[in-house]
Amino acid sequence: MASALMNVTASALNWVSVSFDAPLARAVVFGFPVDGHLVVEGLLIAVILFQLSRKSYKPPKKPLTEKEIDELCEEWIPESLHPPITEEMLAQPPILESAAETHTVIDGQEVVNFASANYLGLIGHEKIIDSCVSSLKKYGVGSCGPRGFYGTIDVHLDCETRIAKFLGTPDSILYSYGISTIFSVIPAFCKKGDIIVADEGVNWAVQNGLYLSRSTVVYFKHNDMTSLESTLEKITRQNYKRAEKMRRYIVVEAVYQNSGQVAPLDEIIRLKEKHRFRVILDESNSFGVLGNSGRGLAEHYGVPIEKIDIITAGMGNALATDGGFCTGSVRVVDHQRLSSSGYVFSASLPPYLATAAIGAVNYLEENPTILASLRNNIASLRKGLSDVPGLTMASSPLSPFVFLKLKKSTGSPKNDLQLLDKIVDRVLKEDSIFIVTTKRSALDKCPLPVGIRLFVSAGHSESDLLKASESLKRVAASVLSELI
Amino acid sequence: MVRLPYLTALTTLFSYGLLFAFGQLRDFFRKLIDWTKSKDLKGYAPICLGLEDFYTRRLYLRIQDCFGRPIASAPDAWFDVVERYSNDNNKTLHRTSNTTKCLNLGSYNYLGFAAADEYCTPHVIESLRKYSPGTCSVRVDGGTTKLHTELEELVARFVGKPAAILFGMGYVTNSAIIPALIGKGGLIISDSLNHNSIVNGARGSGATVRVFQHNNPSHLEEVLREQIAEGQPRTHRPWKKIIVIVEGIYSMEGELCKLPEIIAVCKKYKAYTYLDEAHSIGAVGKSGRGVCELLGVDPADVDIMMGTFTKSFGSCGGYIAASKEIIQYLKYTCPAHLYATSMSPPAVQQVISAIKIILGEDGSNRGAQKLARIRENSNFFRSELQKMGFEVLGDNDSPVMPIMLYNPAKIPAFSRECLRQNVAVVTVAFPATPLLLARARICISASHSREDLIKGLEVISKVGDLVGIKYFPAEPPKYEQDRKKLE
Repeated sequence: MASALMNVTASALNWVSVSFDAPLARAVVFGFPVDGHLVVEGLLIAVILFQLSRKSYKPPKKPLTEKEIDELCEEWIPESLHPPITEEMLAQPPILESAAETHTVIDGQEVVNFASANYLGLIGHEKIIDSCVSSLKKYGVGSCGPRGFYGTIDVHLDCETRIAKFLGTPDSILYSYGISTIFSVIPAFCKKGDIIVADEGVNWAVQNGLYLSRSTVVYFKHNDMTSLESTLEKITRQNYKRAEKMRRYIVVEAVYQNSGQVAPLDEIIRLKEKHRFRVILDESNSFGVLGNSGRGLAEHYGVPIEKIDIITAGMGNALATDGGFCTGSVRVVDHQRLSSSGYVFSASLPPYLATAAIGAVNYLEENPTILASLRNNIASLRKGLSDVPGLTMASSPLSPFVFLKLKKSTGSPKNDLQLLDKIVDRVLKEDSIFIVTTKRSALDKCPLPVGIRLFVSAGHSESDLLKASESLKRVAASVLSELI
Repeated sequence: MVRLPYLTALTTLFSYGLLFAFGQLRDFFRKLIDWTKSKDLKGYAPICLGLEDFYTRRLYLRIQDCFGRPIASAPDAWFDVVERYSNDNNKTLHRTSNTTKCLNLGSYNYLGFAAADEYCTPHVIESLRKYSPGTCSVRVDGGTTKLHTELEELVARFVGKPAAILFGMGYVTNSAIIPALIGKGGLIISDSLNHNSIVNGARGSGATVRVFQHNNPSHLEEVLREQIAEGQPRTHRPWKKIIVIVEGIYSMEGELCKLPEIIAVCKKYKAYTYLDEAHSIGAVGKSGRGVCELLGVDPADVDIMMGTFTKSFGSCGGYIAASKEIIQYLKYTCPAHLYATSMSPPAVQQVISAIKIILGEDGSNRGAQKLARIRENSNFFRSELQKMGFEVLGDNDSPVMPIMLYNPAKIPAFSRECLRQNVAVVTVAFPATPLLLARARICISASHSREDLIKGLEVISKVGDLVGIKYFPAEPPKYEQDRKKLE
């Protein structure tokens, strides 16, 4: 054993000494005999290492000098703040000289007013105006502060409890402006990473809310329940893993401002419960109109109000004041008191408007027969307008305003609008009937067609409705005959 | 500028750390207790997950009674604060029918138009009877009455611009106008402490947003040069247009903006300026025309001037004043004009009467008196507070004065102690201000008399001693010196 080890170490030492002596052995490089080949190899390794250690060539970075920045700033020409002013931008709306009741005065002449969403005829109601006057004398006009800093007046709290009691929900929250309600509610609940399924025909305020919420928005075809179902199924399939953490919402309007269609709430509730989505329902045009006692879409369809998670409405239509409210469960309403930007960062509703809202809700609760007269008026107007040449009725029989669109569109919404404007102007000048077209802002992304709207009020008389349909038939025939 | 002493910063951080630790402890026990109870959610994701509402649940709810106090009268110099009680440690508050009369140092009532006024209120009641509380219609349809056109002309004349347009709410004015003026491909440079409505409007427009250091014209110039030279992000194409947004008086700092320098910088680099005068219109300036008058800037140099009627005119709503072409374009395309219910006619009449009083067109000099009184009151109050040793922010002539509190525990202490002595103040904490810089904000009104202010000063001084917020050395107050001289 020991001798074998000794042999191995001896041979190893031999080999090492031989190779150590090798530098002095002869080597042949490129045909020439060279002394000390390890020296050559050492030099080669040194050259390789030197090349590797040098940085690769990059063209030098030259930041802009001050003079160059000055030149760029001088050359830059900004666009103008506004595009060139065209003819249609100079149009002025008609100026009212009295209250916007069913008969109003424009340019010294009395006209029949179909342009105000005064569905219950509460404009000019004596008792409500008297309560507003006493409220003005006590509280002044404005509330001078946001809700968190002494802007909460006891009439606001009374109004919130009154609306909640009327609808049968635990609590409600008041906003100071109609359109700011929906575009503050949506970002308060929907954050980045949530999914919202919305109808493609929602109005601008909802679109703005959806954009500000930074969530993923998927649109479905206007008022089409099969399209909604397939969209919900697709989303549930794609995201079933994250279902516990991801909030999902469906945003619909009860009566769509852009088309007059009514959303089928029972279908929506069935789909929502199947796929576990929350519903945000905007009832601006249906609160105080639909249902046996005016409690909105839920009463109309017989759906218990607890099934709808969030209901918002603007009070500028049936209740004839300004502002908006949102109602739902206690958790929903409390959450908004700190995270809804239109509530926290804005001054509160003027107290006299809150008093007017309480008065309107009281009136509606005591006189439910007003809804029957509203419904009769809608039915007679629809009968009268069913055969207007060139225009068809696109709104539902339940909608409190009648929406007429062109039977055959000219192809561009701008030209359509010009034709409709001509009709509306002539109706006002020749027959003293005040109706309006739907004007679209450049920022509105709604794909639905433009049309003429007639807002029906419970205060309109039979002769008003007859006059309106006769006049519209006559003027439409003459204006549109040039095209048909 | 706020100078935060090191010791105060350390103690404030320590307090917040303690609150956070206790909050987490409570959350942990709550989770244990709720382990057995079933949640009613049935497969829905909760409205707030995890730490999203931690601040609300564990910090804000402890001091909830300092915010949102209801009142039962007009927000005038003295008002009735409704008492509230809580059965479950401030989680829910219930109203009682008792009220206490308190001195109002919190409402935005700069010229004293908040309560019923001898000239304004009869006109308002007359317009209410004539036009009803609402028009139920948008401006473009049937919502424009003679009052609206009259007010638009009056506002344009008052502010010094060719034309103006009205909206029913100040918040919506910013959120709906900025998207109409600028879109994708444009640049918005806004002050770092701008109001939430401007931030929302800038985000909703789709333009790129950059921020410059608060009230720092040289930093604004740096940002402008860098951005114009670089162009749009990633494509480096030149910007379509640049708008710089500043405010007249910053409501949380009480300081005026350095308008002449900022206008000079914007003119040099061809950027458009947008001035938000929510707190300064009607409250500063010799004839109440805002910061432009106070700082000597020609209104024609500012491209768009925005303001609200809530603060100095005692009404609601907002306006934009600019050149005729811009206003015509906005009337054609701004969504708030086309889709939102028009401003309530009695509120419009209130603004018309208020502006007439300020201009002196009602036949008396009440307007000039109010303007002089608010200036005197603000300067007197501010100098007295500074002499007492409080750290007060803001410039002279500004009616908004924040008093620094810093520590989170001092917020409810100051607020509740002042209320016990019948003075109502507003305390502001995170998230409206940075975390370490909590403050109490005083808003002076022209309807405060000298005795009201002296009483307010006494109470604040006493409470300040109790709570320990006199961070600077004090001098004896002027009115006591005068009294000693008379004796």
